[in-house]
Amino acid sequence: MKSFDELSLKEIVDEVQDGFILGIPADYSGVPMKFTKELIKKGVKNLKLYCLPLTTIQGDMLIGSGCVSEIEAAAVTLGEFGMAPRFSEAVENGKILIKDSTCPALHAQLQATEKSVPFMPLRGVIGSDIQKHRKDWHVIENPMRSSGVREEPVLLLPAVQLDILVFHAPCSDRNGNIQIGRRRELATLAHASKKVFVTVEKVLDIDFFEDELSAATCLPALYVNGISIVKNGAWPCALPGVYSSDNEEIKKYSLAAKTKEGFGEYMRYCL
Amino acid sequence: MNLDIQREELLISQLADLLKNDKHVAVGAASPIPGAAALLAKEEAKFLNKRLRVTILHSNKYNNFTDGARELFDCAAQGRIDTFFLGGVQIDGQANINLVGTGEYPKIKKRFPGSFGSALMYFVVPQIILFREEHSPRTLVKKVDFISAPGVSERGVYRPGGPKYLLTNRALFKFNKNLKKFSLCKINEKETVKNLIKVTGFDFDVNNKISQMPNPDTNRINILRDKIAPMVSEFYPEFANRIWGI
Repeated sequence: MKSFDELSLKEIVDEVQDGFILGIPADYSGVPMKFTKELIKKGVKNLKLYCLPLTTIQGDMLIGSGCVSEIEAAAVTLGEFGMAPRFSEAVENGKILIKDSTCPALHAQLQATEKSVPFMPLRGVIGSDIQKHRKDWHVIENPMRSSGVREEPVLLLPAVQLDILVFHAPCSDRNGNIQIGRRRELATLAHASKKVFVTVEKVLDIDFFEDELSAATCLPALYVNGISIVKNGAWPCALPGVYSSDNEEIKKYSLAAKTKEGFGEYMRYCL
Repeated sequence: MNLDIQREELLISQLADLLKNDKHVAVGAASPIPGAAALLAKEEAKFLNKRLRVTILHSNKYNNFTDGARELFDCAAQGRIDTFFLGGVQIDGQANINLVGTGEYPKIKKRFPGSFGSALMYFVVPQIILFREEHSPRTLVKKVDFISAPGVSERGVYRPGGPKYLLTNRALFKFNKNLKKFSLCKINEKETVKNLIKVTGFDFDVNNKISQMPNPDTNRINILRDKIAPMVSEFYPEFANRIWGI
């Protein structure tokens, strides 16, 4: 049936080395929570989280567990359940470096890597304190004669390559193509990552490429280094189109994580 | 039916009034009140035989995008979004917004989630409505501690968009781009201009044409409670439960 070798979750976790740049999907695009908890158990250190463009409980748990030295994001939040308490505490006390960004810049930096060009221009942002504090960003005058306004200031953002990306998806087909639906930012993340691993709810004994509809909504296996079947792999986050988030659980976390002790207790229960 | 208008319903109604000329309204993260307002405006537009498109980013159902999360920003940059909402931990008199935190960056005292997409959306969407429920000297300040996105830009910077209104619990302001200043438009019926001056950290213009925020009429409140509330509960279940008990 399958034309790929299924990995165990442990094998995926073992691919993550200390200091890696780890791609983090937003709460609407398949958060690999089971993987994240295993990663915390392993005690990985100095991760650099690259969020496209934000993270919720996944980033907050990794930060609270001391796995992170740096995070590049447009926001870290628990959404309806308020601020991400471990993140806020870590930033306020200088425990992690936050490279503050804005959503379209995080997309553009990966798009540069997708195209294998050294930078990507973006409008807006100029005059903000985000730009002021990003020494890796540059403003040039538009050199083009035929497009845009001549000498208009334009922001340039460096290409960013991820070491590893892990996300959770509803299913793969028998050839290891992954269903991502409309969550195309997962393709952007995958194209810009050296290695890509996916946890899925199930494997279907079909070929997505035999149907135009499913072909257009999958991430081709060519970008995927390994797949592991993990039931309920996004819980308590939502897996759009499959199950919604467990709001009771996220609320429980948001209350517990307000203090270091509460967070520790929660993690002991949840690991 | 209970016609006691809740605070949130009044704000939804105020925002819906500002969307009447739009063709496409988009709503970003953590925005239940703007989301409800956009869907309400869409529903009301139908009675006038107009079509309003609404994109709620955090909804699967009320979402027009298929090209991933970047499509919102590309779509806005192309000029295809008429109105978007932004908030702020702090908003200052020149309409600079701060979504990052208080204190001197990067040694921040109180850290908030972050700037989201504000640093592009504020530049390219023609009507940005600033929305912050809390109206106090700590939210509406003379100068923000961190500029997530500036209210105005220097000449030469590409900027077809920017702030048009600021709505709070207490008042609605209009932003004047040339004067770089807010002016008061409407006030909550429980408010006085004198008190507003006291609780606002920045100076604003007070002209003669100030009116009270009108309460939504029965028709509007019925649409909101019967039709819009269940829609909101799809993408903001906590909010819908708190306000409408559904």
